[in-house]
Amino acid sequence: MSVQSILNVQRLTKTYATAAGPLTVLQEVSFAIPAGGTCAIVGPSGSGKTTLLGLCAGLDQPSTGTVELAGREIGGLSEDQRALVRNESVGFVFQNFQLIPTLTALENVLVPLELRGNGVNESEAADLLARVGLGGRLDHYPVQLSGGEQQRVALARAFINRPRILFCDEPTGNLDGDTAHAMADLIFGLNRERGTTLILVTHDLELARRTQRVIRLRSGAVISDEATGI
Amino acid sequence: MNFILKMAWRDTRASRRRLLLFSLAIVLGVAALVAVGSVRDNLRLAIEQQTKSLLGADLTVNSRTEFPEDVTRHFATLGADRAREISFNSMLIVPGEGGPTRLVQVRAIEGEFPFYGDFDTEPAGARATLRGGMNAVLEESLMLQFGLKAGDSVRLGTAVYTVTGGLRAIPGEATAVTQMAPRVFVPLATVGGTGLLQPGSLSRHRHYFKLAADADPQALERELKERFREHRFGYDTVEERKRELGQSIQNVNSFLSLVGFASLFLGAIGVASAIHAHIRQKIPTVAMLRCLGASARTSFAIYLVQGISLGLLGATLGAAVGLGVQLALPVLLRDFLPFSFELTVSWGALFRGLGAGVVISVLFALLPLLEVRRVSPLLTLRSAYVPPQGADLWRFVLILVIAGLVFGFAWWQTGRLTWGVGFAGGLLVSFLVLAGMAQTVSWLARKFTPRGLPYAWRQGVANLHRPNNRTLLLLVSLGLGTFLMMTLYLSRDTLLGQLRVVGDGDRPNLMLFDIQDDQVDPLKKLLADNGAPVRQHAPIITMRIASVKGRATTDILKEKDSRVPAWTLRREYRSTYRSALTDSEKVTAGTFTGRVTDEPEVVPVSMEENLARDLQVGLGDEIVFDVQGVPVKAKVDSLRQVDWRRMQANFFLVFPEGALEAAPKFHIMALRVADATQSARVQQAVVRDHPNVSAIDLALIIRTIDGVYSKASFVVEFLALFTVITGGIVLAGAVLIGRSQRVRESVLLRTLGATKAQVNRIMFAEYLALGTLAAAVGAVLAVGANWALAWQVFQVKWTAPSAGVLLGGWAVVSALTVVTGWFSNRGICDHPPLAVLREET
Repeated sequence: MSVQSILNVQRLTKTYATAAGPLTVLQEVSFAIPAGGTCAIVGPSGSGKTTLLGLCAGLDQPSTGTVELAGREIGGLSEDQRALVRNESVGFVFQNFQLIPTLTALENVLVPLELRGNGVNESEAADLLARVGLGGRLDHYPVQLSGGEQQRVALARAFINRPRILFCDEPTGNLDGDTAHAMADLIFGLNRERGTTLILVTHDLELARRTQRVIRLRSGAVISDEATGI
Repeated sequence: MNFILKMAWRDTRASRRRLLLFSLAIVLGVAALVAVGSVRDNLRLAIEQQTKSLLGADLTVNSRTEFPEDVTRHFATLGADRAREISFNSMLIVPGEGGPTRLVQVRAIEGEFPFYGDFDTEPAGARATLRGGMNAVLEESLMLQFGLKAGDSVRLGTAVYTVTGGLRAIPGEATAVTQMAPRVFVPLATVGGTGLLQPGSLSRHRHYFKLAADADPQALERELKERFREHRFGYDTVEERKRELGQSIQNVNSFLSLVGFASLFLGAIGVASAIHAHIRQKIPTVAMLRCLGASARTSFAIYLVQGISLGLLGATLGAAVGLGVQLALPVLLRDFLPFSFELTVSWGALFRGLGAGVVISVLFALLPLLEVRRVSPLLTLRSAYVPPQGADLWRFVLILVIAGLVFGFAWWQTGRLTWGVGFAGGLLVSFLVLAGMAQTVSWLARKFTPRGLPYAWRQGVANLHRPNNRTLLLLVSLGLGTFLMMTLYLSRDTLLGQLRVVGDGDRPNLMLFDIQDDQVDPLKKLLADNGAPVRQHAPIITMRIASVKGRATTDILKEKDSRVPAWTLRREYRSTYRSALTDSEKVTAGTFTGRVTDEPEVVPVSMEENLARDLQVGLGDEIVFDVQGVPVKAKVDSLRQVDWRRMQANFFLVFPEGALEAAPKFHIMALRVADATQSARVQQAVVRDHPNVSAIDLALIIRTIDGVYSKASFVVEFLALFTVITGGIVLAGAVLIGRSQRVRESVLLRTLGATKAQVNRIMFAEYLALGTLAAAVGAVLAVGANWALAWQVFQVKWTAPSAGVLLGGWAVVSALTVVTGWFSNRGICDHPPLAVLREET
């Protein structure tokens, strides 16, 4: 891994055993992302985007190849060790928000800090929620929030632990045009403010073009890896 | 840790009411354990506190014959306070035309018995009237039966007594055992005037001793046993009584605890299934937590805390309910206890019940909780959840621990390894049968749902096999509850049915005994005149065994490795002589001799085959009998199999005619009466002309056993009801678990145009199918258990239970299931689809 790279993926392959025989969904994928950079992974459905994101974030184990995240090769780590890496260095935003339905907006945001066990700073979480426009909805439960609002809570949660890298899986996929646009502004704005590396999986080419680099996948392989000029 | 506790609490926000209901599943099981354990502890304490009043004396010595003069002389030299009692059965007559009669136990006493404790009488102090005069204290139930009050007269034999009070309780005696023949206390000095004690009459003689404070009753018992070994008296001391009572209480407690434990077990299954459903709903949360950096241990700990809290809550509620229930148990047990006791909270029982509840529920909850460890954070990206594949060693270990715990609990409660294995095995088999049945039902529903059924019914039946169905849970919980309840009911029916069969047809149903030689002919005539001719007449001669195959019984009893049961050598045998076999016996070896002439030196005797086995004698072996002081040499010349259940005189030993006619004896007669009216008329006529003759009516035996069994079974049914209610709670919980799924389906159906009635019919069909199947399987298991109990425990011929009883039980359980299902699902169709969906999200 180069000194500047926060994510370094080398010859990454993922194969699943199926009834019809082994199914390779990612094949020999390699790339590196420098700290503070932004990158979009695009491709048609079934091209392996989400699988690649899961592997990069340490949510799954590769069949072969290596993933270095924030300076650690995570392939050799146990699931709990990878969880620690995620807690310390990674933030997530998902297409379907993935808020915990029994927690309020504020509590959802605080979970990563609470998991760390270092004491929680509620004002920071409240500030973050205010930053995403939800200062007046701290005690609302996910069911009481609209889709866009839920995604903003998820964004605040993603930034609460000051992650070095933020993974977003179709972050605007479940939102209407205006809301999606506002959400994208928030993601990129916060990313800039906090100097976070951003990895974005999306179908939305317009959104992808707002990143510095676009990696295209097809049938599990990288077909192009281009800078956007931003 | 702080986060784990906080998260465990927050995570329950949307489901607290539901989780509370799940925790209720173990409430009644714990309540039963706490109540039974607490009552046991209170009883033990009462035994310790009332030690001496349990016997009313320090030592009792009893004999079936009058104490010889030298023995009573020796008793007088012991320097102890002494009281004396002669007891025998007789007929009590309420004077007046057509006055009722009843078999009673006459207790003639002299002296200040009880030395410890006192008679509980109404009016108080009636015991003092027994010091002299023609006074009688009657069992209170007897006074109520005949409408007697203090000052009224009753007749015993030829003597008339004035009733001075009603007897409620005596230290050391349980009222349940006196129902057949209620007690009537009279002064000993008056008993001669009744004319009831004739030579050969069956009576029991007892001396009560109050010793000096520093005397050792056990030592005196040993000394008396040694000195009067040849008399074979019975002895009882406070220590022995304590031991016997303690053992009886332990036995009852063990049984009731197991019934309670069955309820707890069922509740724990309910908890496990509830946690299973709860965890399934929480999988996305777990995946998210894992994604945000929670370790497998942290995620597991969050839900383990919930499981423990659920157990703790249920167990605490159960302990509180148990303390309330323990107030009811003494009322139910009162008639079976020979002493009174005060209720206090037994902290030991409380914590034992609490501990059992928490441990069992947590162990069961762990089964589904283990799944949390294996939830992948990848699920945040891939929403379709596939449960972890592959064997989990911890799961296997946990199942072993649960099985070991059930077995260990049963062993601990009963103190018997075989009972532990039997109970754990029984539960396991029932569980497996019900679980197997559930799988079969699911499979059948999938394969063979008739296409011709209306849509609602097809949907309802399809619910039995589709994903997340409740077939297994409901069949196990409802089936187990039905099984326990019906087993109890059928057992009672079997026992009573057996007695009824005994008196069926043309068989004798009234027995007269204590008939003297000179009363035989007049009595036969009197009975014939009253339309109830004698069906069986047998002379009875009491005797003991003096030696077996040339060895004195005293020598055999001394042998440490003798395999001959002591009771066979010590007991007094009531034997008869006759020329032919009766229809309740048949010869299995040798030849029955019906008559001998010329008073042979060795008399042939026919012996019951089980007694012969116990005594280890066979054909040709010689036995010397002590017939009231006269040795009679006999040789076993036939062995008989006897049907003891018949309401007629059956005997271990039958001698031929011509051998024992000269011995002191009394007679018994068996007859058949048509109904209760004729029975009363015959008994009145007999007692009027022959007051010493006692009568026992089969109907009275049936009534007595029914009464005792009803009370005993009520206690058991009371606790078994806990199991049924637990089944109901588990059912309601199971319905609620699937409620959100049902809501979505019903909303979808309604959106597509289904009416409320159609949606309700679908649910009705599902619960009806589940209820009827569970009840049917439970009933079949109960019939199996009933057969096994009849065969192994009661040792009676099993008869198939009536279809009415089975159908009734089946219908009740089915109806309860449908009602509970409907009740738990109510409201689903009362809201607009959108609102319901919003609530359930």
